[in-house]
This record gives sequence, C-alpha cells and structure tokens, in this order.
Amino acid sequence: MSQDAIPHLGGYTEAALDQAFAELSREVESSAQLLSSPDAVEQFRLLWLGRKQGRLKLISDAWLKSAPAEAKKPLGQRFNQLKALIEERLERASETSAQFALDAEAIDVTLPGTRRALGAEHPLIKTMHEMVAVFKRMGYSVGVGPEVETDYYNFESLNFPPGHPARDTQDTLVIANQERRPLRDRLLMRTHTSPVQIRTMEQQPPPVRIVIPGKVHRNDEADATHSPIFHQIEGLCVDTNITFSDLKGTLDHAMKEFFGSSVKTRFFPSFFPFTEPSADVQISCPFCGGKGCRKCKHSGWIELLGCGMVDPAVFGFVQQRQPAYDPKKISGFAFGMGVDRIAMMKYGISDIGLLYSGDARFLEQFA
Amino acid sequence: MKILSSWLRSCLPQLSADDRQLADDLTLRGIAVEGIFDLGENGSLFEMDITTNRVDAMNHYGIAREAAIIYGIALKPLETALPGPKTTVKPFPVSIEEPSLCGRFTARVLRNVRITQSTGIVAERFRLLEQKLISNAVDATNYVTLAMGHPTHAFDLDKLEGGIILRRARKGEKLRTLDGIERTLDPDDLVVADEKKALAIAGVMGGWDSMITPETKNILVEAAWFDPWTVRRSSRRHLLHTDASHRFERGADFNAPPIASALVSSIILESGGEVEGDLVDVIIPEAEARTARRPAISFALSEAHRILGATEDPQGITAEIAEAILTGLGCRLKKNGTPYNAPAQNLDPSRAVSVETTASRAEYEVALPSWRLDLEREIDLIEEIARVYGYNRFKNTLPSFTGAVVELPYAEKEAVVRRTLLGLGWTEAISSTFCSATDAVTFAPQPNSTVPMDNPLSEEAGMLRPSLAPGMLSMLALNLNRDVEDVMLFEMGTVFSGSTDKVDEKPALSIGATGRLPLDGPHQASRPVDFYDVKGTVEQLLSRFVSKLLYFDRFPSDSGLMPSWLHPGRSARVVIDGATIGYFGELHPEEAQPRKLKQTVYVGEFYLDRLYKQDLRQPTMRELSRFQAVRRDFSFIFADSVSYAQIAEALAALNIAELQRVEPKEILRDKEGKRIPQGHFSLLLRTVFQAQDRTLQEEELQGWSQSVMGALQKLGGKLRE
Ligand SMILES: [Zn+2]
Repeated sequence: MSQDAIPHLGGYTEAALDQAFAELSREVESSAQLLSSPDAVEQFRLLWLGRKQGRLKLISDAWLKSAPAEAKKPLGQRFNQLKALIEERLERASETSAQFALDAEAIDVTLPGTRRALGAEHPLIKTMHEMVAVFKRMGYSVGVGPEVETDYYNFESLNFPPGHPARDTQDTLVIANQERRPLRDRLLMRTHTSPVQIRTMEQQPPPVRIVIPGKVHRNDEADATHSPIFHQIEGLCVDTNITFSDLKGTLDHAMKEFFGSSVKTRFFPSFFPFTEPSADVQISCPFCGGKGCRKCKHSGWIELLGCGMVDPAVFGFVQQRQPAYDPKKISGFAFGMGVDRIAMMKYGISDIGLLYSGDARFLEQFA
Repeated sequence: MKILSSWLRSCLPQLSADDRQLADDLTLRGIAVEGIFDLGENGSLFEMDITTNRVDAMNHYGIAREAAIIYGIALKPLETALPGPKTTVKPFPVSIEEPSLCGRFTARVLRNVRITQSTGIVAERFRLLEQKLISNAVDATNYVTLAMGHPTHAFDLDKLEGGIILRRARKGEKLRTLDGIERTLDPDDLVVADEKKALAIAGVMGGWDSMITPETKNILVEAAWFDPWTVRRSSRRHLLHTDASHRFERGADFNAPPIASALVSSIILESGGEVEGDLVDVIIPEAEARTARRPAISFALSEAHRILGATEDPQGITAEIAEAILTGLGCRLKKNGTPYNAPAQNLDPSRAVSVETTASRAEYEVALPSWRLDLEREIDLIEEIARVYGYNRFKNTLPSFTGAVVELPYAEKEAVVRRTLLGLGWTEAISSTFCSATDAVTFAPQPNSTVPMDNPLSEEAGMLRPSLAPGMLSMLALNLNRDVEDVMLFEMGTVFSGSTDKVDEKPALSIGATGRLPLDGPHQASRPVDFYDVKGTVEQLLSRFVSKLLYFDRFPSDSGLMPSWLHPGRSARVVIDGATIGYFGELHPEEAQPRKLKQTVYVGEFYLDRLYKQDLRQPTMRELSRFQAVRRDFSFIFADSVSYAQIAEALAALNIAELQRVEPKEILRDKEGKRIPQGHFSLLLRTVFQAQDRTLQEEELQGWSQSVMGALQKLGGKLRE
C-alpha cells in the first residue's frame, strides 16, 4: 500500500474506527522508526502534518466528508489522538536528530594533538638543583666560586703536597704563561669545587654551612664515563662540636631525601688530602632496592660520595685570614659528589658526552 | 694488587675468620678487597685496592698486621735468621756521598751462590699470583717485596769495580737499565755506583751490566732507604714507574732494610752459597730522625671524642680500644707520662668484648712506627682509631643549627631567566668551556682580552671561551649535521676575558634557533623561525626585569658597534637603562659558511651580569575598568626610513592617559609599487582607548583620533584610502 493512498475505512462503527486508527498508528510508528537526520525528520513532518498535502489532512478530509453526523465527533477525537501521537514522535525524533547532527561533526580524536614545545631543563642542572634543594632544607646556603682558580685555592690550601700528581699538567688544565709566576699564584681550571670551601671560610667566621654546585675541569681523555668538563656538588659544615657521626647522619639523611627513605648508606675509609678521617660513601642501590641490578653492577651498592672531617691543616691555611678557624676549638666536615654520575644513573644516560653535546634529540627527552 | 689469603694466614696462626669474612673486615677498614677468587685448597686470591697513603699495606705482612689488629690476634714475626759468616773479612765499602738523598744503605755479600730456578714456596706463591719466575736471585727480591713491601736489589758482585758509592749522576752520564734502554742521567738522579760507573738509578731500576745472569757466582744484596722526592723525580724524568719507585716515593720503612736483606739472602742461599762478612749498614742519623725516630706526638682521648662523636655502642671508644688500636698499629704509648703496654682487643663487632671504661681523660705520648710515615699528627691517630674501630659503628647524628640560609644574590634572577626560556620552548644545553683561537678573536666582546690554555684538550679548544656564541653555533651545527633541523637551545654559563695574569669571569646567556617553530602537525602548518620570534623571546625575558628605558637598535656594518658575527641588517642590540644587555639576530653569512650551516641560524648573546643589575619585576595589580574599551584602527603609508620605534614614541608623546594600547596589526609592501609606492610600507595600527572612571564620549574619541593622525602625519605618514 502506497503511503499516499487514502486507506480504506470499513464503516463508522466503533470497531471499524478502532481498526482503521490502529492501522494508521502503526503506519506512523513505522515511518517514525528511521528518523536519524534533520532531513528525515522534516520529511516525516511534511508527510503527516503538511498543511496541504499532509496525510493527516488528506485522510481526515476524506473520511470526515462522508461521515454521518453522529460519527464526526468520535472520528475527530481519534484524529486528535493520532495527531498527538505524530507530534510526540516528531518531537522525540528532532531531539535525537540534533544529537545526530553533533555526531556528524565528529573528528578523529586519535590524531596527535597540537603541542607547544616545552623547553627541557638540562638533566645535569636539574639534578644539581634537586640535590642543592635537599641541603638547603638542611640549612645550607649556596656558594659559588670562579672556574679559573689559583694553585693556592685549588691545591695548596687544601693540603695537597707540592708534588701531588693532581697538580701535574697531565691531570689539570692550566692557563698559558704561568711558569714564571710563583706556584701559589698559577692559574688553572679548578679540578674540584673544594676551593670554594676555602674562599667561603676566609670570608666568613664559623658557623658555616654551605653547599657548592659548580662546573669543574680535568685534563681527561673523553670516553663514555669521562669528560674533561663535569659538575660537582660540594658541602661544608663547620662549627663547634661538629663530629664524624654528624657527617654520617647528614649524608645519610640527605641521601634518603634525594633517593628515597629506604636508601641506606655505608662508609669506608678513604684518603683525600683535605679531610681526615676521610670516607667513601656507598648507598644501597635505589633502583633495585639492593637486590642487584645493572646500575649497581649487581652489587646492591653504589659508590656516590667522598667525604671526611676537615683536615686541621686546611683550617691552618684559613686561619691566615680568619683566625676564628682554630682547629682546637672548631671542627667540620666536607663532602663532594659528581653530579654527572648521579644524573647518568638517575636517567639511564649511557654516555657522559651526550650531556655536553647540545644534541637536541637527547636534551628534549628531559622536557 | 694481588694478595694470597694463605700467605696472610701463615703470618696469623690464630686467625679463625674465613676468607670472605676477612675480606669484608679488611674492606670496612679501608684495606679494600675489590675481588675474591677461589683458589681451592690454596685459599683465595684477593684483588686489592690500597690507597696511595698506605704504602705499608701494599704487601702481605702489612695486610696481616691490619687483620691482627682487627681480631686482636698475634702477628708472627718475620724470620730473619741467617747462617753466620764463616770468615771475617773487611766490610764491603759503602759510601753515601749524598746523605740527604739516601738515608740508609745496607750491603750484604753472598759468595758461591747458584743461579737456578726458584722452587718451593717461592715458586708456589708466584704461580698462584701469576707472577713470572725469573731466577732464584731475582725472584727472591720480588718475593720479599710481596712479603713485606721493601724493594731490594741483587747485583752481580763480579761486575762491580770497587765499593758502592751513592752519588748524584754526572751530567750526561749514561746507564743502560734493566729494561735494556740506555738512559742519559741528570745530576738530580741519585745513582748507586761503583768507583767507575753508575750501577742503578737508586730506588727506580737497576742496571743491565750488573744484573744477575745464569753465570753469576757472587752477589751483593742491596737493601736501602732512599729519599721519596728523589725517587719520584727520577721516576718521572725517565718515565720509569716501577714497583720499587712506587713504594720508595710513598715513603718506605726506614727500619726495613736489614730485615729485607736477610729475607732475600736466606732465599738465595737455599740453593747454595754462603754469607761473607757482616751486613754493612750505613745510616744517616738525620734521615733516621725524620723517619724511624720521629719525636713522639701527643694524643688525648677527649680529642678523639670531640672529632668522632657518638658510636652505636654506648661505651663508645674507650681508652682500652684506643690503646689496643694504636699499639696494634705499632705505636708505643706512654700513658699520662708512664710507659704503657696495651693488651690487644678483639675489635670485631660481632664478638665484642666487654671492657671496663676508664677515664676518658687519658693522655698519651705516642711513638710512631717506622713503617707509617703517613702518621704525623694527632688527627692521623684519631683517623686510625675511627678506621680500625669501623666507620659504620658510628651513630648517624645531625648537628644542631643556628643561622639562616643565605641565597646567592643572583639566584632568583638566574632561576627566572631559566624558567622563562624553558616556558617559551627553549631547551637548555651545555657546551665546551673552550674554543679555537680564531673563534676567540671573532667572538671576544673586547679585543686583546682572550686567554690561551697552556695544555689545551685539542687545537680547537686552545682558548677560554670569551663568548657562549661559538659553542652555541657548534651545537646547532651538530644538530643540523644529524638532520635535526628544528632546534631552539639556550645555555647559561661563564665567559672569560682578561689575560693570563688575571682572568675575569662573567655569567652569560646564549640562545640559538634554526628551522621551523615547533608547532608543525596535521592541524596547522608551522613556519620558519624568524628574527621576530627570537626578539619576542628576548622581550618576554627582559619583561621579567624592571627597566625604565628598554630599546632595541641596529647599526650599519661599518660602525663597529655591532658584533662582526651577526648579520648587520638583521640583528639588534638591546639596551636597558643605558647598558647594553646583549646582541641577537641572524648569523653573519661569513660565519655561517665555514661552519657549513645549511639553513638560516639565529643566535644571541646576553651579559647576565648587566641584566642582573636590574630588579626583578614585582607585579602589582591595576584596577580593572568597568567601562567599555573602544578600538580605533588607522591605516597609514610611511617611507621605509620611518621605524616603528619612532611611531610608537610619537604616540606615547601624545600623553593620552586613556590610550591603553597601540598595536601594529599588519604591515604591507608592494614590490611593484602599485598599491603602495616603492620604498614605502603600509601600516595598520590598532589603538585601544579606555577610561577607569567613565564611558568614553564620541567627541573625545574624535579628538584623540585627530591627535593620533596628526602625529602619524608629522612622521610623513599618509592616510591610506
Ligand atoms: Zn641495583
């Protein structure tokens, strides 16, 4: 049956009307099934409710025309019910079709987003800042000093004996034309950040708590673990009654702050010209919890720091400018660590040279 | 250094700890066992790393001594008994002509010896140590070094012409050393000589001509003590680092020579021969006074407590423990004035013994062992006590603290610079501290202020960098060479100037950019980075600092006012309150070309010391106007000679408080000169007016528009139709 055809009405009895309108309702329902676009909804509206050619009008015109007078009222009521049904379906359809319209505007959310590049802080600088922050929370001020130092500050005042191998040009990068100057005045690239300890003490009577981050240089052949340029963090604490157990506690606390509270420390005797007693410090491997992994060479421990009690001879040099550093009255400890090694371990960096290459592919990984 | 546990045990009959325990206990005392290799029934081989100050522990007996202290057990004395000489002869002549270079020289003559293969315990231990066997006489000297650490030398006595003389080498004197190399000696070398010729470089290496051969019949055994400095100087001059020089230059045991001599002799005599005469032993009293007979030093237990602090064991370091450690090390103690012999203590914490604590007021005079020249001061004894007691038996304590954390003056400014650049998408890099001589000249801000290195890492690193720019260019070039084409880097570091007498260090910032802006993707096409992108970063960076007057300008190439490495037309200087803060722009093509940069590169350098003189800007809120802002756009044509700075200045000079913003929205040029005449540009200028207290009236807006147009016309601007 064509939808345009006026359906046959089998008389005006209640039963005949019920049957005819049931048929029409079914027709409305079925044509309302597929209203998935605004166009279809409009089609549906025109089909049923069109002012001139709408089926509702055509059918009601046709059926009312031949209806006996007493049938006009029930017929009219039924047309009103049918109209209400159509309108209800129409309303429901336009609601869903509005949603369908937004669906039609769908985009591919799996395409990559537009990213604004973030700059990446250098992993060394980042590591250095994090470590310095740990000591700042423990009451340490930050100190800095020149990268070009004199032999006096880099070696002599740190109790390096005159013929110590570190003083040789094989180990130390030296500024040109120094031979004619007195040894103590000769200029070189500082080989550690320790000279800043001396400079700080010369300028400030005890107590001193200072943490010294900085760039240092050695005359080293570059390979995967050596670079002639590298970075250190040095610490110094001087006061009355500073003890070796304070040194232990301070470093144990700092390592727990930096690597996590489950990290343990252990101390081994070592030798540095400017501290006595001197120690090497190992931490339990923070990467495997001490079980053994590649980063700790399967030993469960990683050697990280050198430290010790400030040698009285160092105080002796400082006393030439600051008499308050009397080794009989005060004591102190100093410690130092390589930032490059810590950063390399933390970030899994395989070659120290990458840190100084400026290779954007490497650096941008740390954004 | 390789050490046999079985050899250690032969010196320690009471030792009950197993090899692994022994290795751990030694390591915790700084006598580091780096590796343990199982030798089956022969015990273990320890691979050891002994710090340079502990030359006394670079041998089996020295390490056994450490173990004896740790466990409080006896150390078996070395057997030095020799069969007495059968005949009395005149002592072998030994003359020390340089008493400051040679402190002690012993000579022993062995007659009728038999040069053969080593056998017995020497051969067995050498095999386990993978040490090459040479002959019984040479092996004997090496064996004794391994046993007790004192180097000795055996001469073929029949090659000697007359007695031994310790003298300086003559200038140009020749000596063929045991390695077969003929060496030219220097008066700074001490030689062991006979009356005719040099026989050996003292403490470094023996001579070829007097060495032991299979034909040797008679031997002179040398065991001596040489001045460490002299040995080091010779070892360095001749690039001869030998086991002997390694030990002598670190300070050998002054009392060891007779013992070492006896040990060597007894091993050689096992294969035949006899001692002739008594040991000749020449001692220089001054050298002995500096070493074996050093004056005793004072040690107070309270000082150990002051330096070392709290221990886990509540008793801490008692007088008994301190005494046992010092005595075990070979010190002789006088306690509170009277000689005192301390009983040994077992210091192994797992088997700690209970000791009565005596007064910690104990004060000692401590005579130092001849084999520990590294012990000189009270602090050295305190270190020894801490070391042997065990570092890890000290408590972890935190010192109390009074005082404030003092920030560096520039710390916050440095952080702001870094943070701003990172936020704007620049990645931080670190380049070399050095540059080539050519770059140093090109990039130095002042002429004749570059600093050369004495021992540069390479030819390209011959100078301290006067600027961060060459390093930045190297990094950009590296990226371009690896086909990384879009790069934005910055570096904050030190630049150097001055002379080789005085080097000035200043903090600087460099930025470098090339390629496209990092916004490329399917959603929007990116564009190449340009001068104004870099300038925008500079503006944003500088806006973090207070400035009364900030401007950018440019000078022609012949002015000498711009760095020669920048494109003179496409670079700018930035000035804050009269001080030049830096330069940036396109790299000069002449600098780009030798670096083989395949695309345009922008680079800038800024003097952070000058920037840091400006305060950081502290934002203060301005009240927001409730009244509407009104926009007025003006389209004008100007000659190219008019700069935007002039236009902005002219509008600022109008002093219209309600003129809130002036923005150039569009700049057009027409090459053909049709819509805009050649040598001119059209500018679409947006102005925004707003008042805090009222809605703006049309009449006042009209008036301001007239003023703006008037000002633009004064600059030669023509209203565009
Ligand atoms: Zn691990």
